[in-house]
Amino acid sequence: MLTLLCPCCGVQADETELAPGGEAHLKRYGPGSTDDDFEGYLFMRENPRGVHFERWRHANGCGKWFLAARDTVTLEVYGTYSAQTTEPPEHIKEAITAKHPGWSWREFA
Amino acid sequence: MSEPVSPLMNARYEGLVTIEEIGPMGMITLRGDLAATDLRRAATAPTGVEMPQMREASTADGKGILWMSPDEVLVLCAYADVPGTVQSMTDALVGTHALVANVSDARAVFRLTGANVREVLAKLSPADLSPEGLPLGEVKRTRMAQVPAAFWLESEEEATVICFRSVADYVMGLLKTAAHPASAVGFF
Amino acid sequence: MSTRLATSGRLIDRSKQVAFTFNGKRFTGHAGDTLASALLANDQMLMGRSFKYHRPRGVVASGAEEPNALVNLGEGVTHEPNARATTTELFEGLKATSQNHWPSLEFDVGAINQKFARFLPAGFYYKMFIHPRPFWKHIYEPFIRHSAGLGKAPDAETRDPDTYEHFYAHVDVLVVGGGVAGLQAALTAGQSGLKVLLIEQTAFWGGRTPVDGGEIDGKSAEDWITEAVAALEVMPNVTLRTRCMGSGVYDHGYVLGYERLTDHAPEADGPRHRLWRIRTKQVVTATGAIERPLSFSGNDIPGVMLASAVRDYVVDYGVSIGDRTVVVTNNDDAYRTALTLKKAGLSVPAILDVRVHVHAPPLVAEAKAAGIRVLEGMGIAKVVGGQRVKGVAVCSQAGEGAMVEEIACDCVAMSGGWSPVVHLWSHCGGKLLWDEEHAFFRPDASRAPTGADGLPFVTTAGTANGHLHLNDALQDAHSAGKIALERAGGKAEAGAVVPQAQGPDEAAMTPVWLMPQGAGYELKMKAWLDYQNDVKVSDVQLAAREGYESVEHTKRYTTLGMATDQGKLSNINGLATLSNALGEAIPQVGTTTFRPPYTPISMGAIAGEARGEIFQPIRKTPIHAWHEKNGAAFEPVGHWRRPYCFPKDGESKHDAVMREVKNTRESLGLLDASTLGKIIVKGPDAGRFLDMMYTNMMSTLKPGKCRYGLMCSENGFLMDDGVVARIDEDTFLCHTTTGGAEHIHGHMEDWLQCEWWDWKVYTANVTEEYAQIAVVGPHARDLLEALGGMDVSKDALAFMEWKDGELAGIPARAYRISFSGELSYEIAVPASFGQAFWDLCMQVGAQWNITPYGTECLHIMRAEKGFIMIGDETDGTVIPQDLGLNWAISKKKEDFLGKRAQERSHMTDPTRWKLVGLLTEDKSVLPDGAYAIKDGRNANNQRNTQGRVTSTYHSPMLERGIAMGLVLDGPERMGEIIHFMKDDGETLVAAKIVSPVFYDPEGEKQNV
Repeated sequence: MLTLLCPCCGVQADETELAPGGEAHLKRYGPGSTDDDFEGYLFMRENPRGVHFERWRHANGCGKWFLAARDTVTLEVYGTYSAQTTEPPEHIKEAITAKHPGWSWREFA
Repeated sequence: MSEPVSPLMNARYEGLVTIEEIGPMGMITLRGDLAATDLRRAATAPTGVEMPQMREASTADGKGILWMSPDEVLVLCAYADVPGTVQSMTDALVGTHALVANVSDARAVFRLTGANVREVLAKLSPADLSPEGLPLGEVKRTRMAQVPAAFWLESEEEATVICFRSVADYVMGLLKTAAHPASAVGFF
Repeated sequence: MSTRLATSGRLIDRSKQVAFTFNGKRFTGHAGDTLASALLANDQMLMGRSFKYHRPRGVVASGAEEPNALVNLGEGVTHEPNARATTTELFEGLKATSQNHWPSLEFDVGAINQKFARFLPAGFYYKMFIHPRPFWKHIYEPFIRHSAGLGKAPDAETRDPDTYEHFYAHVDVLVVGGGVAGLQAALTAGQSGLKVLLIEQTAFWGGRTPVDGGEIDGKSAEDWITEAVAALEVMPNVTLRTRCMGSGVYDHGYVLGYERLTDHAPEADGPRHRLWRIRTKQVVTATGAIERPLSFSGNDIPGVMLASAVRDYVVDYGVSIGDRTVVVTNNDDAYRTALTLKKAGLSVPAILDVRVHVHAPPLVAEAKAAGIRVLEGMGIAKVVGGQRVKGVAVCSQAGEGAMVEEIACDCVAMSGGWSPVVHLWSHCGGKLLWDEEHAFFRPDASRAPTGADGLPFVTTAGTANGHLHLNDALQDAHSAGKIALERAGGKAEAGAVVPQAQGPDEAAMTPVWLMPQGAGYELKMKAWLDYQNDVKVSDVQLAAREGYESVEHTKRYTTLGMATDQGKLSNINGLATLSNALGEAIPQVGTTTFRPPYTPISMGAIAGEARGEIFQPIRKTPIHAWHEKNGAAFEPVGHWRRPYCFPKDGESKHDAVMREVKNTRESLGLLDASTLGKIIVKGPDAGRFLDMMYTNMMSTLKPGKCRYGLMCSENGFLMDDGVVARIDEDTFLCHTTTGGAEHIHGHMEDWLQCEWWDWKVYTANVTEEYAQIAVVGPHARDLLEALGGMDVSKDALAFMEWKDGELAGIPARAYRISFSGELSYEIAVPASFGQAFWDLCMQVGAQWNITPYGTECLHIMRAEKGFIMIGDETDGTVIPQDLGLNWAISKKKEDFLGKRAQERSHMTDPTRWKLVGLLTEDKSVLPDGAYAIKDGRNANNQRNTQGRVTSTYHSPMLERGIAMGLVLDGPERMGEIIHFMKDDGETLVAAKIVSPVFYDPEGEKQNV
């Protein structure tokens, strides 16, 4: 039963007030993309033991989507941040580095 | 023309708290840039209250503005005043990217009064209902049991609960169960 | 015999008699008794039979760890199996029956099993019932089902009359356990002003200390406890709850508390149980410790009990288990039992202490001084007796069990040492370390459970942390309270004075895992580890010999620790037995996993308020009450209840549906379509956005017009459909399916917030703002004209147009759209006027025999016209192209959700099954979902298939079965006959492939 801080309304939301939305920072490939790119976009997902980036919606709340950086083993939350971004903000990356020096996730590190 | 009918025809229950379904109430969704001057004016002019801060319920004399999300407020007014208010807000926002929608009929509204309002709500919502967790005048958008709901406290003995119209019966059932006279918790 | 003593019993009120029955026999106890203490006071030692061998079993413990004394409580609607007699508070009229025996507790046929114990070893069922295979279903399983199970399951027809509730509490520090450690931790944390919640599973404070004795700050333990509780009660920031068990600790400081409100007073009003759903910054577990049994032959014979329990019954309830009690121990604590018994005037013929003392520690010396015979280095070879202890055969612990003397007694008080209750610490990942000195696992503070911030959120206090001495426990509790409050962001009170306790020093215990240590097979197969599941030392050793090295595997193979007590007494003894058998150290073998709940909690508490009318939300339209009053047969559509049809008196549902279709097509019908989703999409980029959402081009739609649109997921699969109306240049109103409203609104917001966040679009879900009523049939226009107020003529409101206005004085928006092929309008009015508008339609429409119709009629009419239905023709694997909907897929748009996916090879495969109509040769209705078979069989020897039925109905207009289905090369095979398999897997039905438009193919009826 996680709690996550919704960065849009400042509420420390209960897991039952949130809806999960899978992996964050996916890059959309549309018409004209190669089969490989499209397959990667549609199907290939990270399943890490450790640092992970996810999409969550404050569904029973302000209704906004946000992103969360989280450890899938310890369930530590490194931070939540705006969904209107294509990569994790520096302070999130630093929080992760403090616990997992040398971490990487897809193209981020 | 016939009279508007609230979902539960103003049903009432007395237990740990008194529960009254108080509709119909005028409710207008306003989406846009909440910092923009014309949008603030569109919301404050017909209600006569201040623009709310984040999570705030800014209310007075049966009118008000509830902060719903970073780009949405809910304007409260008398049901009969809705058409005029929608019109004036729409007029004030000509040329501004915003959305004004009458949602008065889409909701049910309950008033809870009595010393145990925090306790009754805390049986149904995972939110922190303590005075520190939910100060007076702060809107809490959360769930009550299995449906989304919003509520705020005007005083330590008065709360207003808003839910979707279709689940008015369900929410009344929840509130009645939670307000069973022999179920006081004594936590707050 | 066990009996009530003339004095003592600090928890009972001797002035209050409480009458109850056990197995139909009438007994009396006192207020404050547990069912176990009251039965013991009446010499009812035998309380149940064991699970496997049906051995007679009496109570062993005095609390939550009790494995044997499980009873059926209540009867009829209040019947509840597997209640622990030791934690069941007695109340007037309590009815209990014992479990697991036939025909009676005293004489049980199943006890024959123990004669075959040699043939029922660990894994017996696995080994025995494998062969021959067919025997399983017809012989073994029925036999096992008959003999398995503990208590009797409640009758399926009964309904629990009690109510339950949840309560969400947010606190800074939660202290679990109201013994002296819990009280001290709460005092320390509470003095900081932080929000503290202290919960205790029993009805009283102080835990074991009042029984065990000792002084705190010069006061008796009981006085100190009373003062501590009083001090906590006046702290406004502290909440205290008794009868509230810490059930489980979960992620991010989530803890469940199980409060039993009326179990002890069933006549009381209000909820029976309350599940506390607690969010706390810090948890202090002060859950105490549980005494371990010793493993000797006959250690399950009624009258053999934990030493602590024997003195609990004397001190707390004024009940003696026997007149002559032999104490057998590996530690000093059990001497307290001997001394307590002696003080109560009872006889203690001997204390068998496996240890040899060079210098007698204080308690041993006290016992000797009291004249009790202490036999050092001695243990029990076996217990003499059947349904009751008659004596013990004494032997040297170091030997193989040769009897040195027999001591007559009617009670054996055993103590194998203590195990801290580490369950709550362990639930969320707290690790343990093995304490050699005390031979127990205790929490490893350096590997605590961590929360959202990555920091520890659980601390353990007192005995639960391995501090068995009273003063150590108190100091540890203060320190735990301080750690917790500081981690929770509070400040410890400066110069807080920690109470000091006085009690005798205790000498080291000596671990004993088998008594005597060289016991042979005959003794070991009567030395019980797990009483409830009948697992013996010999079973665990056998498992080890058979290769079960992992403790988790051994647990499941032997069933050790798998009963309702989850091995509270047996785990450590079983684990040590396994380690010895494997020749490994105990910490290397490790423990099994501790999982919530700590003790079983009621299903009612888990469900909380969710039962009966509010089991789940039922969504109701503004016209729902009218539907109910007018006899609607409802069907669930998502959480909505929609009328399926409106049967008249004596009419079958089928006949009602046929009538509704005919009436609507021939004259006039009325449908409550309020459940359809309605989403406003507004902004300068709204058109561009809807072009991405829908496969069609929506941006070119003119204000005042409607267009049917299809929505696909990024996977290309059809997910929703509906009519889009353009309100003005910037504004669209999108209709969704009934089930799709919230989902599609969320889907739109997802793309707007997470992908195209720079697009200027706002959405609002206004589904429930309107009652939407479909007026359908040749007289639809006549009705609206009769209501008056809006020009709905063919020219003023053409097909696929909408307009705002008033009808009969009610503000209304009329959409001229049709899902039936008839002349049809959908009228949206404010929900508050929905019932009024419906009533007007019914009144005014009476002249055209207006017929309210339900979803089945809607389905038939759409199927007669070949219109698809999301969820029938689609199942998450169907693309619009499969359904012949290419006309609704824009070829001009560069992009829309699903476009790229629909270019994938599998999506463009010409062999994808495609939509056709199907007419059975015999006019019957095809079974829904039936497959069309093809020659040959596949690799799994199943018939090959070439299509399936997606919608199938009896058409009253055509007076025959009609169906739609997806068929291989379907559109190219018009007129061909294919065969569908019926449910029986044998009968074939021949059907002709036809166009899916069965009725009015030219569309003449709606074009008026």
